[in-house]
Amino acid sequence: MTERLFEGADWDFHTLQRITDACEVVALKDLGLDVYPNQIEVITAEQMLDAYSSVGMPLFYKHWSFGKQFAYHEASYRKGLMGLAYEIVINSSPCISYLMEENTATMQTLVIAHAAFGHNHFFKNNYLFKQWTDADGILDYLDFAKNYVMQCEERYGRIEVERTLDAAHALMSHGIDRYPGKKKLDLREEEKRAGRRRQHEEEVFNDLWRTVPKGASKTRSAISLERRRKLLGLPQENLLYFLEKSAPRLAPWQRELLRIVRHIAQYFYPQSQTKVMNEGTATYVHYRIMTQLHQQGRISDGNFLEFLGSHTNVVFQPEFDDPRFSGFNPYALGFAMMQDIERIVTSPEDEDREWFPDIAGKNDVMGVLRDVWANYRDESFIGQFLSPKLMRQLRMFHLHDDPEERAGIRVDAIHDERGFRRVRRELARQHDVGYIDANIEVVDVDLSGDRRLILHHHVIKGAQLNETDAKRVLQHLADLWTYDVALIEVDSNNKVLREYVVSPRPIPAAVA
Amino acid sequence: MHIIDRRLNPGGKSLENRQRFLRRAKSLVQGAVKKTSQERDIKDVLEGGEVTIPLDGMHEPRFRREGGTRDMVLPGNKKFIEGDYLQRSGQGSAKDSGPGEGDSEDAFRFVLSRDEFVDLFLDDLELPDLAKRKIAQTESEGIQRAGYTTSGSPANISVGRTVRRAMARRIALKRPSKEEIEELEAAIGACTDEDERLVLLAQLEKLKAKTKRIPFIDPLDIRYRRFETVPKPVAQAVMFCLMDVSGSMSEHMKDLAKRFYMLLYVFLKRRYKHVDIVFIRHTDRAEEVDEQTFFYGPASGGTLVSSALQAMHEIVRERFNPSDWNIYAAQASDGDNSYSDGELTSMLLTDKILPVCQFFAYLEVGESGGSAFDLSDSSLWTLYERLRNSGAPLSMRKVSERSEIFPVFHDLFQRRETVQEKAAP
Repeated sequence: MTERLFEGADWDFHTLQRITDACEVVALKDLGLDVYPNQIEVITAEQMLDAYSSVGMPLFYKHWSFGKQFAYHEASYRKGLMGLAYEIVINSSPCISYLMEENTATMQTLVIAHAAFGHNHFFKNNYLFKQWTDADGILDYLDFAKNYVMQCEERYGRIEVERTLDAAHALMSHGIDRYPGKKKLDLREEEKRAGRRRQHEEEVFNDLWRTVPKGASKTRSAISLERRRKLLGLPQENLLYFLEKSAPRLAPWQRELLRIVRHIAQYFYPQSQTKVMNEGTATYVHYRIMTQLHQQGRISDGNFLEFLGSHTNVVFQPEFDDPRFSGFNPYALGFAMMQDIERIVTSPEDEDREWFPDIAGKNDVMGVLRDVWANYRDESFIGQFLSPKLMRQLRMFHLHDDPEERAGIRVDAIHDERGFRRVRRELARQHDVGYIDANIEVVDVDLSGDRRLILHHHVIKGAQLNETDAKRVLQHLADLWTYDVALIEVDSNNKVLREYVVSPRPIPAAVA
Repeated sequence: MHIIDRRLNPGGKSLENRQRFLRRAKSLVQGAVKKTSQERDIKDVLEGGEVTIPLDGMHEPRFRREGGTRDMVLPGNKKFIEGDYLQRSGQGSAKDSGPGEGDSEDAFRFVLSRDEFVDLFLDDLELPDLAKRKIAQTESEGIQRAGYTTSGSPANISVGRTVRRAMARRIALKRPSKEEIEELEAAIGACTDEDERLVLLAQLEKLKAKTKRIPFIDPLDIRYRRFETVPKPVAQAVMFCLMDVSGSMSEHMKDLAKRFYMLLYVFLKRRYKHVDIVFIRHTDRAEEVDEQTFFYGPASGGTLVSSALQAMHEIVRERFNPSDWNIYAAQASDGDNSYSDGELTSMLLTDKILPVCQFFAYLEVGESGGSAFDLSDSSLWTLYERLRNSGAPLSMRKVSERSEIFPVFHDLFQRRETVQEKAAP
């Protein structure tokens, strides 16, 4: 007779230790997961709110927008509009999971299984995270960023720093390298490099050099357009990177701030590409672990029922005409797909053999899943593994809304033989971040001429930029660039749809 | 595997971010606070609470796309087949992310704590110059203990400290104790052997000589308690609320007065550790009452303002010594006063009340929307205006609408401005 992990709802730190040990056995032995070392931290509701407002990170530089987030979350939490998340988990090594003290023992078990093993495994093994994030270095880097921002505030003034960060935040979603090619981010090295850069600047600074007459510059026309663009690395879709490298009048510390914001944006980039998979993985893992623990008799029937209640809430998917509907719930979709893969691997039907010849009937559930978790992101995962059976089960259909179409919104495909592939392709496309974000890139700049920066927005399916916001963002961009900035919206035939030109605000030029 | 209890870590990591946010949003929040406070009851207003500020300026813009043709995959199809058309406005149009989505966020609501709220509300207010000058003067000198000293007046000798030092000295120098000498004397008395007695006697002589050389208390031992005078700001204030409750005062007028009193109270409360309130209501005679009676108790009779001033004067004399208390007074009235009372009122005010007050405000309240209000000045207003013109430190305002209370209050207490210049409401 195995001993119960806990009785009732109460827990203490010994209970947490027992729970973690029990989960670990299931996770590592039965499921074959591969995780970073775990660190579990118990926090209060208020601390949870704190963590919320700095994108879940334990340490972050100070900025008013996090205060705004906090005020916003707090207001809705107080009014009871919002419950707090059960957990926050950080992609770092060791992997840190925050548990709320209010949770019952069952909930703590669920959360440990979900975060400390599910998410943890995903972070460590998914190719995007491997490629783009540096779990060992992130906490040190954030610490460095925090201190650096603080030093800048002391040296150059809070207002100046805030202005730069505001601008960087506005461009954050366009501060990402979408395609690998450069080497993986090494944040520790990055931090050291920043220190060396600063030191070097201080050492070699000599005011005399400013007064040395410069030689005759090359004739302007000598540099051809092509060459100029090549020198600047254009076209460039990473706007923050471009500014950091090429904005003519930024002070070194401003470039460093842009760099920090860019690195953080990049760090979170894989998360936005893997919401469905990441939550699906964690949910599948917690479900397996909890069921296993219950079967072993280590969780009582009552506590298991409590778990099922929470679990069902988490994976609830309202239908499109339900007032609670707000798109696909990544937990629901992810979990359903993981379970569906399990079904295909263990007891496939003819249809599944036809659609998934590689995995149908393979019987090694965990082997297949681990492979899937490691090598896909939401878009490719849905494109590859959404089965006809699941589409039927969720009764998916595809709508096409053309504002020109007077008859209304057309139902383009439904869950039938003709529609399966189209529905699947469309849903996959909706989870492609490259497709969700506006496609904006710097195409040209005349560095020896009027220095106007020219950007293009490639309009897809007629979706143009929101005018008010676009102007505001461009204002920030122009302030950093310190010369005019033009954004041209072009459609696929290179026809110009709209053009914005923004001049920088007369800000006292930043002193180097 | 580490399990760490972080609950005891200092919370409020966001506090600084929140302060930054408030600092940035200050002018917006201030506007919102004022607007909110005009709509709410004062009591509720000062509880802090939720304010709404326009998002503009607090907005963090991002490139957002909108419009165009949209494709979406949804769950829960019940009856549609390929090629069906859905009505746009009707049920099932699935407008989960319509073009208007971004604009729905055009106001931002959040909760301010009581302190934050009051801070922002009173931020640009300050005690009038007159009061500030007086505060500086009425700092009374306090004395406080400051250790011990070797010189001082006999009254300040610290016996305990002196004796303790004396004892230390006596022990250090080995002064013979009384018991030792007595013991020796007893031994001498009991001694039969002559030689031994001589030895003991010699010993006794030595001890006695030593006792004389080493006094019980030496002037070196004496310690005096030392006192230091420190300036002590008067940290308490009393606020007198004077109100005419004769029949001519309507509920509306009382309400206006109440709002003014409450504001003054909260304002004072921010600057003094302790604020007392005295309510004096008057008809043709005055009485001190509690708050409930003050605002809601029935009373009737004529009007003699001097009676209230007299009552205030007496209360000050009995309970609130002006050197210990900062005295504030606010008088509300509809301006009626018995004609014969004018001289007495003016005498009391200039000779007894104003010299001890930090601030005296007269608030003339009128009926809502009363246009005749401005036509002729009331007898009390005329009287006070005359006093003020001859230099008496009086603040006066006329108020007839609830919404005017805050501006008037603001006006009275505006920072770095002499408020006595203008009288128009």
